[in-house]
Amino acid sequence: MQREKLVEVKDLKISAKNDDGDIIPIVKGVSFDIHKGEVVALIGESGSGKTTISLASLAYTKPGLYFTGGEFLVDGEDMLKAEPLRTREIRGSKVAYLAQSAAATFNPAITIGEQVTESAVLHGILSQSEADKRAIELYHALELPDPERISFRYPHQVSGGQLQRLMAAMALCGKPDLMVLDEPTTALDVTTQIEVLKAFKKVIHEENSAAIYVTHDLAVVAQIADYIVVLYGGEVMEQGTAGEIINNPTHVYTQRLMAAVRPKPQAGLGSSVGVEHERDVPAVRITDMTAGYGGIVNGEPKFPILRDINISVMNGHVVGIIGESGCGKSTLARVMAGLLPQARGTIELDDVELEGDLRNRKLEELQKIQFVFQMADTALNPKQVIGDIIGRPLEFYHGLKGKQKHAKVVEILEMVELPADFASRYPMELSGGQKQRINMARSLAANPEVMLCDEVTSALDSIVGANVIKLLTALRDKTGVSFVFISHDLSTVASFADEVVVLYAGRVVEQGPTDEVLTPPYHPYTRLLISSVPELRLGWLEDTMQKREMSVGIAKDVEITSIGCPFFNRCPMGIEGTCEKQNPPIRDLNSGHQITCHLTIEELEVVEFEVQKALAGQNIDEAVV
Amino acid sequence: MMKRMVLRRIAIGFATLIVVSIIVFVMTSVLPGDVAQIILGQSATPETLAALRKELGMDQPGYVRYFQWLGNMATGDLGISKAGGATIESLISGRLGNTMVMSGLVAAISIPISIALGLWAAMHPGTLLDRIVTFGTLSLISVPEFFIATILVLILAVELHWLPSTAYLTGDETFLEFMQAMAMPLITLVIVVSAQMIRMTRAGILNVMSSSYIEMAILKGVPRRRIILRHAFFNAIGPIVNVIALNLAYLVSGVVVVETIFSYPGLAKLMIDGVQTRDLPLVQACAMIFCGTYVALILLADVASIMSNPRLRNPK
Repeated sequence: MQREKLVEVKDLKISAKNDDGDIIPIVKGVSFDIHKGEVVALIGESGSGKTTISLASLAYTKPGLYFTGGEFLVDGEDMLKAEPLRTREIRGSKVAYLAQSAAATFNPAITIGEQVTESAVLHGILSQSEADKRAIELYHALELPDPERISFRYPHQVSGGQLQRLMAAMALCGKPDLMVLDEPTTALDVTTQIEVLKAFKKVIHEENSAAIYVTHDLAVVAQIADYIVVLYGGEVMEQGTAGEIINNPTHVYTQRLMAAVRPKPQAGLGSSVGVEHERDVPAVRITDMTAGYGGIVNGEPKFPILRDINISVMNGHVVGIIGESGCGKSTLARVMAGLLPQARGTIELDDVELEGDLRNRKLEELQKIQFVFQMADTALNPKQVIGDIIGRPLEFYHGLKGKQKHAKVVEILEMVELPADFASRYPMELSGGQKQRINMARSLAANPEVMLCDEVTSALDSIVGANVIKLLTALRDKTGVSFVFISHDLSTVASFADEVVVLYAGRVVEQGPTDEVLTPPYHPYTRLLISSVPELRLGWLEDTMQKREMSVGIAKDVEITSIGCPFFNRCPMGIEGTCEKQNPPIRDLNSGHQITCHLTIEELEVVEFEVQKALAGQNIDEAVV
Repeated sequence: MMKRMVLRRIAIGFATLIVVSIIVFVMTSVLPGDVAQIILGQSATPETLAALRKELGMDQPGYVRYFQWLGNMATGDLGISKAGGATIESLISGRLGNTMVMSGLVAAISIPISIALGLWAAMHPGTLLDRIVTFGTLSLISVPEFFIATILVLILAVELHWLPSTAYLTGDETFLEFMQAMAMPLITLVIVVSAQMIRMTRAGILNVMSSSYIEMAILKGVPRRRIILRHAFFNAIGPIVNVIALNLAYLVSGVVVVETIFSYPGLAKLMIDGVQTRDLPLVQACAMIFCGTYVALILLADVASIMSNPRLRNPK
């Protein structure tokens, strides 16, 4: 199909000027075309220049960057040469932008409706009443709840996934010829991502607008792009249709990117403990624990987050905690660390009960449980050199000083695979992956028994993140430390955890050895999670949306209930009258695998069989076509 | 949520006032000098001094006098001036009116000018005019107000003879005379308070301007003017309101120098006179009025910033 050309990028060059006046090329001569109604993906790691290129379509550069050559033609007009007044006309009417974090992109002080329609009205494309009408149509198309009234709300009154879709409405309201989507699903849970992707794809198709889709996630690209441009260091490595690139990548870098896409979570991926550290004693045991915020009344927190949690972390094991945002993963880590005292239940370290509040814990107990925070950027003091950051726990817990301390710092840097001279550097001078290593090194310096890692790879590119995981596994094998690895990314957890705990609305719905949890039968929620992880193949999104469990549970909000199964409102197999009224029983399978569900194991197995049969049928259909 | 926060602020305001009243009472009690001595003069005998002290209630223990004083204060009885015998109300009422007129006029002129200039500077950062505004306001903040006042007097009164050099009011001026008398203290105060408000408005807006939602507004093609007025201003209201409140409080209590230079019969000058004559009830009453104004204005600013926060105004 030959479509009309909308965008022509010819030898685009963009550079940064640093404080000394040196010119550093960021985008080094990039060329590609976009046709009407086509989605072109710019894919690469951070620093590849993908966002910078996409912003050029709006005649915009981030502060400190300058266009230094080439052309960016939209409808034959060069964006690089547009006058300030003209750029304002183009932005929002001809080309529209969708940013990564909708939460930061919506103005907190203005209603959603005004922000969605603002651009279209300002540019004179629609009158206010026409724009309001169009906004409601778009809300319907994007399957937002309460489309007639959501306009009157403020951004903080809707969920993250809804806000992300509202941003799409904001971009589309002015009927742009070209949309720029900058990592629009990266910050979302898999279940929300799939729903947002579906909405984007539908609306792009209906509006027949062209789009630039910027991302580092090949599996996502495979679902939405027609054409893919692979970028590295500001240069095009390879470009071609989605089919060509996904099915037959020729460039080495593309192949590396593909390799970094984690396989679908499935049995057989989890690691096994090194023999010399195998001790089946729990390092941490949590029994009947309930915790929450807002003070405790009669042993119940005012705002309960976690309920009746029973978990053991074996010595030298990696326990993955997974669940959607808001399910209580981080709260669980905070309770273990003593940052949030539990309302009920006990926490034991090496069979000794711990005080709930870390202020009452002994120094050696504090030393044995260490926290690794998600954002290395904010967790590392920017005014301290790495040597001091790692040296502090050495001094605090082990009383090391002077040369001894320095020697130990070097040793620990070696453990996290960083050179010794990093000790004299500041966090600012390090890359994201290096900072995360320092973040872990700091915890490691305490010589802990358990390390609580809260989403430590979530902010990293896939290749960098994969390296951090490798390091984690190596550390475990070398030192025998246990890891509690919190993540919303099931694939990452499945790739190296010994045990998995699936949390939903503050409760454990399933737990056990990774291989067992990832082998059917599943808890219905685990299945939803597993099937929401995008696969690196074309057409996966459409296939998945047809499946029964996806169509039922996906768009609904999590409800935190005090009784009954919290997953009931999203569960495709719920038993009305039972599930929402009684707490589900814990069903024991082999080797410590537990599923908390009203359905018996046999019933769950039957469901599994039917799903497999339906899937097999689909595959046969595909084969016929 | 919001109601609770506002009520809490009001409670804190009251608590502050109580603490302040204790401080005022204790501080004025330890001021050197003895009212009885001042009234009766150096030649008074110890017996007459003791008798007068008793009459004034000064032989009672401190806490009794404090609660009596606080109770009277709360019921509007400010007491009797110990130097002269007039009621404090009669001394204060006219002066308070003058101070209020002055502060009101200064506020009415300076707030709109400051916000407009601050916004305008924020709209054109880095331009020549922005630099003139930032540099000018910085210079004005660092210059003491008596200097500005003196320069004004030198130019407008002494050299040009446009305006009278004092602002003493008798109460039966014509409107034109009134405005002429007020002009110079007004100009001085407007300059002094505006400088800070302009800087804070500009800084508050520019701070918000670096956020993601402003970049988004730019990428939506929103004109800079609208970005500032609609997108940035409402998110910057908190700090702006606070600096306005501080400056208004200053206008009520801190304008001693200006009132003195222009012989303006305001409250601050009355308090200075009170300190000079050891007139404790007068000093206490003035101090409490100043503190009350401060607390009330800061409270208003707090409530305004709470109200301007959409998260608190529209809970989930």
